[in-house]
Amino acid sequence: MTAGMPDATAGSPAGADGTGAPGGAAPRSGGPGAGPRASTVLTPVLTARWDEPDSFTRAGYRRTGGYQALRKALDTDPDEIIKMVKESGLRGRGGAGFPTGTKWAFIPQGDGKPHYLVVNADESEPGTCKDIPTMLATPHALIEGAIIAAYAIRARLAFIYVRGEVLHVIRRLQHAVDEAYAVGYLGRNILGSGFDLDIVVHAGAGAYECGEETALLDSLEGYRGQPRLKPPFPAIAGLYACPTVVNNVESIASVPFIVRHGAAAFAALGTEKSKGFGIFSLTGHVTTPGQYEAPLGVTLRELLDLSGGVRAGHRLKFWTPGGSSTPIFTDEHLDVPLDFEAVGAAGSMLGTRALQIFDETTCIIRATLRWTEFYEHESCGKCTPCREGTYWMVQVLEQLERGQGSDDDLDKLLDICDNILGRAFCPFGDGAISPVISSIKYFRDEYIEHRKRGGCPFDPAASTLFAGAGR
Amino acid sequence: MIDRARLAADAAEIIGRYPQSRSALLPLLHLVQAEEGFVSQDGIAYCAEQLGLSEAEVTAVVSFYTMYKRQPVGEYHVGVCTNTLCAIMGGDVILADLLEHLGVGTDEPTPDGKVSVEHVECNAACDYAPVVMVNWEFFDDMTPQSARGLVDGLRAGADIAPSRGAPRLCTWRQAARILAGFPDGQAADGHTAGHGTLAGLRIAKAHGWSPEADEQRSEVQR
Repeated sequence: MTAGMPDATAGSPAGADGTGAPGGAAPRSGGPGAGPRASTVLTPVLTARWDEPDSFTRAGYRRTGGYQALRKALDTDPDEIIKMVKESGLRGRGGAGFPTGTKWAFIPQGDGKPHYLVVNADESEPGTCKDIPTMLATPHALIEGAIIAAYAIRARLAFIYVRGEVLHVIRRLQHAVDEAYAVGYLGRNILGSGFDLDIVVHAGAGAYECGEETALLDSLEGYRGQPRLKPPFPAIAGLYACPTVVNNVESIASVPFIVRHGAAAFAALGTEKSKGFGIFSLTGHVTTPGQYEAPLGVTLRELLDLSGGVRAGHRLKFWTPGGSSTPIFTDEHLDVPLDFEAVGAAGSMLGTRALQIFDETTCIIRATLRWTEFYEHESCGKCTPCREGTYWMVQVLEQLERGQGSDDDLDKLLDICDNILGRAFCPFGDGAISPVISSIKYFRDEYIEHRKRGGCPFDPAASTLFAGAGR
Repeated sequence: MIDRARLAADAAEIIGRYPQSRSALLPLLHLVQAEEGFVSQDGIAYCAEQLGLSEAEVTAVVSFYTMYKRQPVGEYHVGVCTNTLCAIMGGDVILADLLEHLGVGTDEPTPDGKVSVEHVECNAACDYAPVVMVNWEFFDDMTPQSARGLVDGLRAGADIAPSRGAPRLCTWRQAARILAGFPDGQAADGHTAGHGTLAGLRIAKAHGWSPEADEQRSEVQR
């Protein structure tokens, strides 16, 4: 992860100047990923079945084409499947964007060791809310993808590591696995192919850090969820020190489409280096929050235009392109194509496409403090810069929110960020500094205004869902 | 105390899921929490016995994960999301109001043992902010008023269904048993796709958009 670097000179005036009016003078900051786009804005694939009342059952999933990819995959050489996923251009949907097929190809074959597939269903990045509805509505899409992935990497045992705080999702996964066993999609000699696979649904117990792949593996082995030093990468020494693929739910659930319709059909969507469709989660101060599945490269402006925009009577102030660990954007970034390259070129990261929208009623320090409190709470404690740095950033931000502190505090915050960046085992530390650095970059004046006034100028009641002008 | 004879088959089933027994520790901890409502010292000793670990090794794991409680909580444990988006959308007010309304502190059950409240981090339902969880089921688009009504109803024994989840709300202990891998038969029940889940699909359908339509259009353009 590469978080936005400190840039103390940039800065648009605070809050009231933010304008989300469509057609504003927002520069088209398309990076190398920007390309011509078809007029179809939304492309429901993973979400296409979600309005069917029985979408979560095997019968409902099959009625709409489910498990056709599985039959096709089992008639195909595993290496061909890996090649197909590589050619599709699918990149990890859990935030990092690593090419999925390449990850699969890293698994050494013929090594005599067991191989494992681990599905990362520990969706916890603030703002991210796409995998949970996927698993509630279509758990079989994940099961089908997992069987195909396991077949490709020659795994005989797969785990779905799902966060514990989502009871009905866990029920649905357990139910889908049972249904899959009942008709021979799981177990011995699947559909007469000779391929055997078991899937275990494993519920976590409340720890954001377990979404990091090596911490997840430690947790799955029955330890505290703390990250491992890489290398060795999980593909060489993962679960039980054996070759392991760890993939996000959405990545795995995208595989059946690729197998069924071909790599080219997937690659036809999206931009040059960010292929395919993805679920964009629009949340916060908008008229119609929810899940919007679109080709990568769609812009926030397009999504807002489609969905009724920022909530009535208000203007966009800042937003996250991919969860709290991705540096915030402002109304200057409405036309950035939401793909890996363009978002990166504009100083943030695509992450999990968690578009958290905040309007002009929101205090930037309050938001930043709350995110930093989250990182302090969830830091696993292994690495000193992250554990101590997040603690001290909370202390400084609390003072700044109250309008206290000194002229040096912003520099102090940036200095702490500097001492966390790149100094932790896992990307958590780099993620933790994203809101701090980016909020100072864009809203330095608002920080200073708090101190000048000796307090926060915002009314928190105005930001709530139930404020007078709410949706 | 943990009834060791009665749990023997459950524990054996859990351990049997994994190539290495220690992987069974998290589900075993969910299991002992299902038995007693929290992870007691005896629960820790039980897990240690099952896996050939020391009590210290098990305790180190318990203390890492927020879902394991070392003290009893309410029969209905309420989690109010106060991560940034939910907090700003009203979660902060809801949490403060609930604690005041119930006259309890965080994680402290009401005198009748029915309800306890804590703040939770992002629960992956941001399109329904502010979100409140009860025994890890979703209550969406909450207000201080609806949250008060919720806890009052729970204390009065009313039938309360989550916004998205099983229609019959589990108790805290029943929920922990599901987490340990023992379903309660409610998987096929309940409404799960709310307004946020379907927002994009509804717009796409209204426009007749799909990947196939997109492909055809680009064919025509070529």
